[in-house]
Parts: sequence; structure tokens; C-alpha cells
Amino acid sequence: MIISAQKEFEEILRSLEQETTIFLVGCNGCAEACQTGGEKQILKMLELLEREGKTISGSLIVDFLCDKTLIKVKLKAYEAQIIKADSLLVMTCGIGVQATAAVVDKPVHPACNTINIGGSRGEWRGEERCAECGDCLLDFTGGICPLTACTKGLINGPCGGAANGKCEFEPEVRECGWQLIYERLQKLKQMDKLAIILDPKDYSKMQPPPYLRSTVMWSLEQIAEETPVK
Amino acid sequence: MSFKELLNSDKFLITAEIGPPKGVDIEPMLSKAMALKGKVDAINITDQQSSVMRLGSLAGCCILKREGMETIFQVTCRDRNRIALQSDLLSAFVLGLENVLCLTGDYVGLGDHPQAKGVFDLDSVSLLQAARQLEQGYDLAGNELTGKPCFCLGATVTPGADPLEPQLIKMDKKIKMGARFIQTQAVFDLCRFKSFMHNARRLNNRVKIMAGILLLTKAKMATYIDKNIPGIVVPPIFIDQLEASPEASTLKTGIEIAGQLIRQIHEEKVCDGVHIMAIGKEEMIPEILASAGF
Repeated sequence: MIISAQKEFEEILRSLEQETTIFLVGCNGCAEACQTGGEKQILKMLELLEREGKTISGSLIVDFLCDKTLIKVKLKAYEAQIIKADSLLVMTCGIGVQATAAVVDKPVHPACNTINIGGSRGEWRGEERCAECGDCLLDFTGGICPLTACTKGLINGPCGGAANGKCEFEPEVRECGWQLIYERLQKLKQMDKLAIILDPKDYSKMQPPPYLRSTVMWSLEQIAEETPVK
Repeated sequence: MSFKELLNSDKFLITAEIGPPKGVDIEPMLSKAMALKGKVDAINITDQQSSVMRLGSLAGCCILKREGMETIFQVTCRDRNRIALQSDLLSAFVLGLENVLCLTGDYVGLGDHPQAKGVFDLDSVSLLQAARQLEQGYDLAGNELTGKPCFCLGATVTPGADPLEPQLIKMDKKIKMGARFIQTQAVFDLCRFKSFMHNARRLNNRVKIMAGILLLTKAKMATYIDKNIPGIVVPPIFIDQLEASPEASTLKTGIEIAGQLIRQIHEEKVCDGVHIMAIGKEEMIPEILASAGF
């Protein structure tokens, strides 16, 4: 399972500052289990955002947000509500946020920080990668993770080591992550995000907080004391 | 005049870089540096350039400083986390080194220890931020320092990057974080560089920009760089010149090309100075300067 924790509401609100109409996306997989993106949390978020004067054009919970085909099919039915929205707030792990960002032409904001993978990685195939850094930056990078897409994991823009959109390290297989981010931000008309100076990341957030350690899923993944075979 | 003071003057700035030894025989580094005394405004000592493990920049700078030379301490984010980086910045200051060039660093996979873990806890922008915060008397975590260091901070840019816009935006971040001078990646195509300078000046006209001058030693090297190093274009005319020279004098041709570039940049006031990179052939730097008319 992928362990996620909801960002502080203030941080979520800051990321939605420029926008008034939001579409909410939750996940019935790991995020439901972590109580960060299931039905209960979507309803709570809806209430909190409306209280702040936001309009919620609609919401949807997908069984597994790491499955891009499933997201596409599910979102299709909500097309009109998504078109109405300025952006999507996605309440799940970094893979789910990146998978959603890859299939919609709207800005996608992460509502959660991804802390670590429990027993296994996401359930479905896909090229999105999450570094479980606990301090999600997808809001600033067009829904493409700079930690995993950039070979060096740089967060403030590209180094000088890219040519023709490829990384100088293994150019035959590696794209320049910052080229992808640049193109995505251009497409989303969010180039101002490229100029934001990001503070050094807070790696202490990689440690699961006590409340997460108290979830059922967390305890299920703890290795029970082995009984030796007699 | 110190390098920091020169940044406030109109002087055409000249710096050069020297790679420290892979080992402890410091004699070649020292003699190459001594030959530059009085000819350049500061000498950069590289920090594990190309991710190849060598003697450190801090030690190299100290040795040169002892001999009365002005140095630029290069710091990359590849090998140290924020604790070690800040500590090394404090160490540099107490050892009398004030000029610091803040870089991201090459990826570890390109060097001679591809098994190593690339750190990149900070990036070039946040390294500048750390240095500036130390100057204000605090570390990155906000803890108070006893005594404040004072640096003269620099950064780099790849003027030939395509697309250029993200490079310019990042350079602007570096300037906002306190970079007072910029040493660029190697420049050969002056027409393209002038267009970069036009954009850079619109962003900021106070930061000192020094064009990177790389010594080409062979036609093969020029072709390799043109094809394999991102952001560097070597115009065919230079490759032809190197190809046309007899084998014994390609180095001389390379020196002339570098000299000619420096002369043109100086005469046409294209930017504020040059930074000479004669990798492995640093003893040729005085000849390059002579060929440029310095």
C-alpha cells in the first residue's frame, strides 16, 4: 500500500488561490485506507472548500487512481463538470496525481504528501513515479514529479545537461524531466510557476506521523511475530 | 584589488579554472597557478569536475591563497547534504576564502564512481540561499550563528541551452538569491551568445557575466563536444580550422581560436569578462591570454 497523509488545509488553500471552481478526485485504493482520499475525506474537503467560498463543480472517486485507463473512462462521464472547473484537486498519492495530470488538460493539485510505499507499489502499470518524499511538489510542476522525472531530482529548474529534450546521462532512455515540466506548464499556461523559488525540501516529512501508524492498513502491514516451524 | 572589488569596477574580468590533482601531488596544480599570477583576476579550483573524485576545491583554494592568489571556491550539491555544505561554507570563510561559485554538479553516473549516491539535497538555487542565510547570521534551519561570514557569490548558466527560457528563469532565481557574478558554460558561437546576453541583460543588468572559453585541442575533441555536450555548439569553421592544421600544431590553432574569441568579446563589449577552461592544459592559459592581447 502507498501511505499518504493529507497536506495542511492552509497549504491546499494556497495552491488553489488563483482558482474558484474546483473538481475533486479521490481514490478508493490506498488513499481510502489511509483516510486521505476516500468518500469521507472528499465530503469533508468539499465542505471546507465551500466554506472558503470555492465552488465545487463535481467530485469523483476512482477505485485505483494509479490506473490511467480507469481514470480516463471514469472522468469521461464527468466531462461537463471538469470543463467548468479551473482545476482538479486530487486526494491521493503522487502516482495518482501524476496519472490524473497526464490525462486531463487542466492544472492538477495534490492534496496529499506521499510518505512511503508499504507492502507494494501501486497496483497498476504506468510510467509515473513517486519518490515518497513526504513533501509533494506536484502543484508547482504541472503534475510531473521533479524528484523522479529529473535524473538529479532538482526542484528549482533544469541544470545545463539536456539536449533535444534528453538528459545527458543515458540520453537514449532518459527524457529531461524539466523539459517535460516546462512543456506541461506552457500547455497549462502556468509559466509563472517556473519562477517560484522553492525552499529546500523537508525530508523529515518522510517519516509517517503517529496518526498514520494507528490505521488498520498500517497494522495489517506490520510483520507479525514469526512462529518457528517445529 | 580583490575579485569582489573588481566586480564593482568596469574592468574586463578574467578568471581561469584549474583542476586539482587526483592524489596528493600538488606541484603541477601549484605551478600552473603560479604561471597565472598577475594575469587573471581569480582562479577557480573545480569541485570533483565531471564527477571524478579528486583533491577538494577547499584545500586547493587554501594552497593558492597561501601563495597570495585570489581564488574562487567551487561548491556542487552532488556530494554533500545541506549540513556538510553549510559547514564547508563556514570553513571556507574562516580560511579566508570569500568567493564561492555555487553549482548543481554533474550527475554521478558520468564520473569515475558511477556507483555513488548522488546527493542533490540542495540545488544551486538553494545553495545560494543557504550561503545568504549564513551571511545573515542564521543556518538553513533558522538557528543562530556565532559570527557572520561574508561571501562573494557566483553561479553558472548554459547560454546555449535549447530551450533557453527555463535557463534564464533559473539564472534569475540565482541572481535573486545573491549571485553577483555568472560564469557561463563554454561559448563558441558569439552570434548566439549575443542573443543570450540581450535576454540576460533585460533580466538584470548589474550581475557580471563572464563568457566561458574552452580550449579546443583537436578537431576530434571539438566534434565530440559539439555532438555530445548539451548546450555547446562548435561552429564548423573552428572544426575546419583544427582539421586543416598539421597534427603538431592543432593545440596552437586551439589557442588562437580561444584568443580570438576573447579578443572579440572584449573589443565588442559582449559581456563583462571571460572564464577560461583549458582542461588538462592549464599551462597554456598565459598563451591564450597573450593571443587575445592581454
